[in-house]
Amino acid sequence: MKISVIITLKKDVLDPQGKVIHQTLDGMGFDNVNQVRQGKYFEIDTKEDDPKKAKDKVEEMCKKLLANLVIENFKIIEVN
Amino acid sequence: MKSSVITFPGSNCDRDMDVALKKFGFKNKMVWHDDTELPKSDLIVLPGGFSYGDYLRCGSMASKSKIMKSVINFANSGGMVMGICNGFQILVETGLVPGVLLRNKYLEFICKNVFVKINNKTNNYFNKIKNDVLEFHIAHNEGNYFCTNDQLKEIEDNEQVAINYCDQNGKIEEKFNPNGSIKNIAGILNKEKNVLGMMPHPERMIDNCLSGEDGSIFFNNLINNLK
Repeated sequence: MKISVIITLKKDVLDPQGKVIHQTLDGMGFDNVNQVRQGKYFEIDTKEDDPKKAKDKVEEMCKKLLANLVIENFKIIEVN
Repeated sequence: MKSSVITFPGSNCDRDMDVALKKFGFKNKMVWHDDTELPKSDLIVLPGGFSYGDYLRCGSMASKSKIMKSVINFANSGGMVMGICNGFQILVETGLVPGVLLRNKYLEFICKNVFVKINNKTNNYFNKIKNDVLEFHIAHNEGNYFCTNDQLKEIEDNEQVAINYCDQNGKIEEKFNPNGSIKNIAGILNKEKNVLGMMPHPERMIDNCLSGEDGSIFFNNLINNLK
């Protein structure tokens, strides 16, 4: 079973990379952008077949390793 | 006094730290990250470098390595653990000290000498040190100390800020903040004050011919405090 996870920076955390990407987009003529925030995306192929169990395990992975909850939020976005 | 320096894959300041510790009288042992037991030590050092290539987040992989279970137990039972640079990043990932280290504010790798003001001398690292300001070296890409407002309040209430970036006279201002750290924080202690994480490298300032002597002041004071 494959599960996807998106990690994003929390609202109040400075994202200098996102800021520079925003400025670059601006410079390229994409001048209608309000803000850019950069994050991370994971695809996890697990041996677990039960969607609920698989999701719970991935949630645990997020809390213990994939995300740092002081600065990041995670979202498990896809189970198929 | 016995010390141990942990080497992770990608550590590159481990041998410098070994030289520094021995120079000031420590009997130091090098410990590989895959070991499970620590040699008997009065001080454990997590050195600088780029453990695991800074994958995922700096220090995150190293914080889960085998030896870290023993290091965490050692720290939780009151043992002295000091993390320098990448070692500091590993410490925040273990949760032994609060907060995180983000990418530097201006996205530059910073490599230069800085001055730091000692904020708290009620711990074994800085107790009895005569200087209020020390000149250390920094070399990092992710040294921008960040924590939540609640954490910051707790850190300040418990006097956990160890050192702040400042000028040579000890003035702490934004213009002397190299990386965007909250309140110019360069180093932080745990609540019990036995764990210290800091971005600057004292081990790079132990020879007047090469750099400076302020690291010597730090290590001399440290070993005397431990005796």
